Amino acid sequence: MTDIAAAPEAPKKTTLTVTIDGAPIEANPGELLIAAAERTGTYIPRFCWHPRMSEVGMCRMCLVEVSGPRGMSLQPACMQPVAEGMVVDTKSATVKKAQDGVLEFLLVNHPLDCPVCDKGGECPLQDQTLTFGPGESRFVEEKRHNEKPIPISDLVLLDRERCILCDRCTRFSKEVAGDPLIHFINRGNHTEVNTFPDDPFASYFSGNVVQICPVGALTASPYRFAARPWDLDQVESTCTSCAVGCRVVVQSSGDQITRLQGVDSDPVNWGWLCDKGRFDFESVSSPSRLSAPVVRAARGAAAEKVSWSVANNRIAAALRSYDPSQIGFIGGARLTNEDQYAYVRLAKQVLRTDNVDAQLGDGLTADAWLGFPRATIDDLGTAGAIVLLGPDLKEELPVLFLRLRDAATAKRVPVVEFATGPTGSTPYTAASVRYRPGEVAVAAKAVAAAAAGNPAERQIGGAESDVINAAGAVLAKAMAAGKKIVVVLGRGSMAEQSASFVEAALSLRDASSHTVVLPAMRRSNLHGALDMGMSPGLLPGRVTQSEGATWYAAHWGSTPTSVGLDTMGMLAAAAAGTLKALVLLGADPLADCPDRALAEAALSKVEFLVAVDTLPNASNAHADVILPAAGFAEKSGTTTNLEGRVTALSSKVTAVGTARPDWMIASELALILGVDFGYELVGDITADIAAVVPTHAGATPDALGRSANADGILLPVPEVALELLGVAPADGAEASDEPAVPTLAVPRPIRVRSTEGVVPVPDSYSLRLVTSRVLYDLGSIVQSSPSLAKLARPATVRLHSGEIERHAMHPGDLVRVVSQHGELTLPMEADDHLPRGVAFIAWNTSASGANMLINDA
Amino acid sequence: MARFSPANLERAKELLSHYPRPKSATIPMCHLAQEQDGYLAEDAMGHIAELVGCSNAEVYGTATFYEMFKFHPVGTYVVGVCTNIACLLVGGEELLDHASDSLGIRPGATTPDGLFTLEEMECLAACTEAPCLQVNYRYENKVTHEGFDRLVADLRAGKRTDIPRHGTLGGVRQSIPADRRAGVKAI
Amino acid sequence: MPAPTKMISTRWDQADGHTLDGYLRTGGYEALRKALAMAPDAVVDEVKAANLAGRGGAGFPCGTKWGFLPKDVFPRYLVVNGDESEPGTYKDRILLERDPHQLIEGVLIASWAIKAEQAFIYIRGEMPHAHERMAAALNEAYAAGYIGKNICGTDWSMDVVLHWGAGAYIVGEETALIESLEGNRGMPRLKPPFFPASKGLYMQPTVVNNVETLANLPWIITNGAAAFTSFGNEKNTGTRLFAVSGHVKNPGVFEVEFGTTTFRELFYDFCGGIRSDRRVKAFIPGGGSAPWFFEEDLDTPLDAGVVGGKGSMLGSGAIVAMDETTDMVKAAWRIVKFFAKESCGKCSPCREGTNWMEKIYRRILDGEGRPEDVSLLLDVADNISPGLTWPPRQTTICPLGPSAAAGALVSSIRRFPAEYEHYIVHGRPVDGLSTGVYRPSLTPAS
Ligand SMILES: Cc1cc2nc3c(=O)[nH]c(=O)nc-3n(C[C@H](O)[C@H](O)[C@H](O)COP(=O)(O)O)c2cc1C
Ligand code: SF4
Ligand code: FES
Repeated sequence: MTDIAAAPEAPKKTTLTVTIDGAPIEANPGELLIAAAERTGTYIPRFCWHPRMSEVGMCRMCLVEVSGPRGMSLQPACMQPVAEGMVVDTKSATVKKAQDGVLEFLLVNHPLDCPVCDKGGECPLQDQTLTFGPGESRFVEEKRHNEKPIPISDLVLLDRERCILCDRCTRFSKEVAGDPLIHFINRGNHTEVNTFPDDPFASYFSGNVVQICPVGALTASPYRFAARPWDLDQVESTCTSCAVGCRVVVQSSGDQITRLQGVDSDPVNWGWLCDKGRFDFESVSSPSRLSAPVVRAARGAAAEKVSWSVANNRIAAALRSYDPSQIGFIGGARLTNEDQYAYVRLAKQVLRTDNVDAQLGDGLTADAWLGFPRATIDDLGTAGAIVLLGPDLKEELPVLFLRLRDAATAKRVPVVEFATGPTGSTPYTAASVRYRPGEVAVAAKAVAAAAAGNPAERQIGGAESDVINAAGAVLAKAMAAGKKIVVVLGRGSMAEQSASFVEAALSLRDASSHTVVLPAMRRSNLHGALDMGMSPGLLPGRVTQSEGATWYAAHWGSTPTSVGLDTMGMLAAAAAGTLKALVLLGADPLADCPDRALAEAALSKVEFLVAVDTLPNASNAHADVILPAAGFAEKSGTTTNLEGRVTALSSKVTAVGTARPDWMIASELALILGVDFGYELVGDITADIAAVVPTHAGATPDALGRSANADGILLPVPEVALELLGVAPADGAEASDEPAVPTLAVPRPIRVRSTEGVVPVPDSYSLRLVTSRVLYDLGSIVQSSPSLAKLARPATVRLHSGEIERHAMHPGDLVRVVSQHGELTLPMEADDHLPRGVAFIAWNTSASGANMLINDA
Repeated sequence: MARFSPANLERAKELLSHYPRPKSATIPMCHLAQEQDGYLAEDAMGHIAELVGCSNAEVYGTATFYEMFKFHPVGTYVVGVCTNIACLLVGGEELLDHASDSLGIRPGATTPDGLFTLEEMECLAACTEAPCLQVNYRYENKVTHEGFDRLVADLRAGKRTDIPRHGTLGGVRQSIPADRRAGVKAI
Repeated sequence: MPAPTKMISTRWDQADGHTLDGYLRTGGYEALRKALAMAPDAVVDEVKAANLAGRGGAGFPCGTKWGFLPKDVFPRYLVVNGDESEPGTYKDRILLERDPHQLIEGVLIASWAIKAEQAFIYIRGEMPHAHERMAAALNEAYAAGYIGKNICGTDWSMDVVLHWGAGAYIVGEETALIESLEGNRGMPRLKPPFFPASKGLYMQPTVVNNVETLANLPWIITNGAAAFTSFGNEKNTGTRLFAVSGHVKNPGVFEVEFGTTTFRELFYDFCGGIRSDRRVKAFIPGGGSAPWFFEEDLDTPLDAGVVGGKGSMLGSGAIVAMDETTDMVKAAWRIVKFFAKESCGKCSPCREGTNWMEKIYRRILDGEGRPEDVSLLLDVADNISPGLTWPPRQTTICPLGPSAAAGALVSSIRRFPAEYEHYIVHGRPVDGLSTGVYRPSLTPAS
């Protein structure tokens, strides 16, 4: 027999060839014609189509001629998937007439009041009309009339006369936000968008409809008439309202921020923003902004405005007079990476104190943040299962909630939630494990066991066995498929040990080696803060003091030698008089520390209190020195979102008064204290970080500037935790005094104190406290943004109506809420979604907040 | 006005049991609510939203698409005169004109005594019986002007017991006996 | 003269024809038993062989449509289109009121054939009497074991549900009907991708059939496809119901052999001629959507292909005669106004265009016409239905808008330009023409 050589396989073609206006293009299977055309340089006009929403083919503006069995015919390009050999004509006379016709129809009832319209100058309808549109109107009859702008929510107004019924806002509200509170009503020529009577479009995402409206029908009350699009000038930046890090453009007019627009960053926000992020720019120009340094002769004495040098010298002198262990830094989780690096150098290199903590006892330990295998936001959409083990994402990280919702609805990823009551995510969960407050770790262990084939027979940790087993089944399915389990880890309730949540996550990680963790903490740059070493015992690059000693000794000369105190420790030390100088970096311990009494004692007792901040708050009000910091859009730099993505922040307006960026303040103080960092521009620090901090090796200023990195740079977070070691030179090679670049090693064990049994089972009359954040609270930024401040609901204590009746009281009655640690008087609100035996108080919603009632013990 | 009465709530639940998906019962439930109150009240729409599991706005969006649903009280008798092509050709407009004069109201309006609402209707599928009209959707065929006046007199005098008040859809309802049900599969 | 051929209208004059007793006494539900003894595919083949054309308007062969259902995709649904609202159409309502069991039997036969999980009978909201009759019939049929669990003692079970519409012509369009049945606004879906056969009710395979179409099934199963095709001609088999209205002496609904009878025979033999023995000026051959025919078309047979070849359609069997005295501008306005009012509002061209055209008509009727209005009307119409041909091309999703553009409007303008001119110049119709007593205040803008 003879061998016949097999003919070489021709490489398979994965794209389809489509001819658009005579030119062949390569399109991807399933791609829509309108998208393929745009991607290859042919813009087909459209109004209703939006790349992030399902296609409806309503406006008919995108009609083009497409080849078919019966020859060329007019088809909407937004509904046409490309096909091999498809021939398309977007310019023929037929197409032109059809498109002009549609445009004319859309203008028939459109007021054409462009000169007074917010959208004027950036209006697709106006542009189309100018570019392609028919001349003077052939429509002599009377146009449709509607009452001029009507409010459909506290933030959004609707002008139905301008509306062209493209279904974008209504689709967004249902498909993306899951708040179908606006809808088409009536029929035909009387169709309009509206809400149900007296049922406003109260959605955390309402601002997005203003952005996607292709005409000026939807306008935002915080923006309307503030500026005309053509005198806007804009830069791209990152929203710092929470840790999702949505990409935005910041627009200003006459050195005032007028508007934020979402940018479609594929790995992050898809163009969406939450209303807090979109509108809290109002606080930048708030009259209450701190605008000049002030000092007090003594605590309680009147504050006097002074020059920066006077203030800085006062601080330097004071700090010099203490030894390192007596000085502490609290906060900084909202600053830029550059600010944080400069502060860490000031504290750990110059002052040699390790008492530095970016968190306020309301977060997770650095170990938990950095020790787990890491997930990205995109992992949500491809995971085998998602486990929510922390706060209500809709309240704390709204756009992450949108990505979760997309994963759960569009991508059908099953979601398991651990919660004490219903959350914004509950409707999208396959199982909502309702644990008894304090017993999340026990419940999680039970779910992990169920996943491993040991179903629960009875209630565990307050959770019903069938729910535990349902949750277990979801995880088991993901494990069997060898798919990732993404645990979104945060602090579900401030009244609960952070350790409980970490321990819960550990049981899940032990259940499946495919478990990855997405840390869900709200402050915008907590990730950066920990990367930069703003945590006791850490140095930049996620290394411990000992691990990084050689490395940083080489770069900084010196580092602390003993592990310092965390925030609760510093407050305790201050209260005890052993810690004498406290520097608050945009921190408000009174509002945020889970032990109000301790915070009060600490702040009144500490000898020397410095606050660097943008806005006044209860904690910085009495500081001996207050330094005004430049805030959002007033300074540039970089920030790191919760998945470890470094993106650029840009300054757009000049800082109020003499406010300065924090990195400058830190460098000044260092200089006075004898160390010259040599930073002239913020970019010098970005470069220094990239050069010195191994985890940030790639994140140089010019790398961040590259268009390839438009979505930022995702820091390497290997599936095992980093540990840095100074590596001894290999045999033979002569020892260089350059410390070797740290290399990867085994994961660091995560230390958690078991919480089992810690929570006393209360007698039948006492309640368990649950307290977590809501989007609109008494935070200084929300409160100095008038449009949002009015949305904050007054504090209440929410109870199951059964509990209220049991005590023969009524909703609205004032009650004294008493705990081992303190008490609080609030009106009661009935909430039958809560389990009995639980009292819910939203965090930081009353001047004396829920943290009156708890301590971190 | 009102949410469903206990009796109607039972009927609403039976309607739910007829469909693979609850939202399909929206329109029949709107009819039920209109039968109860004479028009489609906001509270009723809210109740329907709860029952079919969607937002108030979604029920409102559906209901307002259909002409038979009225969102504020109308006359006890809604008189709809067809003026579409077949009726037009044999006196539909004249009939509407006459109705308007003798009731003293324009189409769309309701008589002060709240008894009659006059409407101009499109084709009623009775073209061979033109000119025709409906009272609460009950047909009157080949209507003369005298015939119209007699009809109105009889309605005023309560002689037309065959015509229920506005909103009442059918005198007979489909009801599937439990033991005969094949069983609707949810999807 | 040709006599009516009774195939599906046999019980209309039977006092108890709508009751189960009356139905059973006249052979009711025998066809169902026969069908259940056949394999589903055999039933489909029989219907294909009968070459039964859809009676809802599009005239698509019923068996072929059933054949489009993707293999092995379940559940599947059958939806009965009883939304009858096309101007001039009056046939489904009679079938529902006077012979509901015949339709139910047809529904069951079809459901068996296509292996439907469940069937829905969607009846236009403004027909409470039809609801009552159908509800009563369904209740009887359930009680007697013809519907529901173990139909006719077999192990086949299926529910049939009566659904009420609420007043919207567009819901007659099959994808809008499906949206409406899902509890939504009755807005048509774009085809492709949403062909009911593959992505219909709840995005599952679905057959939508007209009432009259399904009413034919019991006869076909009982007597066989061969007997059925012996009526009519080869392309137009069986009988059809035609509602003849307008200016005929004795309007009525007639069941006649399909494809053979002519319009002249309908008008003069069945309906006793035109009122006051006037001449036919124009007539609608197949419902408000259809382009008009004129006197010279009277001898055209009621054959879908032939009528289509002459640029119109038999549509829903709605024939409206207009005599010499008819004001064509007025008549056309009523039809355009209808579509303007019934546009669902989804497509810009239909939503805005039909209303624009209606407003122009209104101006002309009010004596405010301008010389350019006729060409403006034609151009606006052309932007809704490019070319103004029939069947219409569309810049829209469904044919409603295009029907308003390429139907009565174009027919009347092309045939009677002088009548438009006269209105525009003199502000009133040509002397001797009068239709209705139009008072603007009586007909508020749609
Ligand atoms: C605007 C419009 C209105 C329609 N109205 C009806 C109707 O009232 N009844 C009906 O049976 N078909 C109607 N149709 C046709 C349906 O879309 C569908 O073709 C028909 O119900 C299929 O049934 P058949 O194949 O048995 O005829 C309409 C179509 C359009 C475009
Ligand atoms: S053509 Fe008219 S009726 Fe048909 S879908 Fe479009 S807007 Fe609706
Ligand atoms: S963009 Fe395609 S129809 Fe609107």
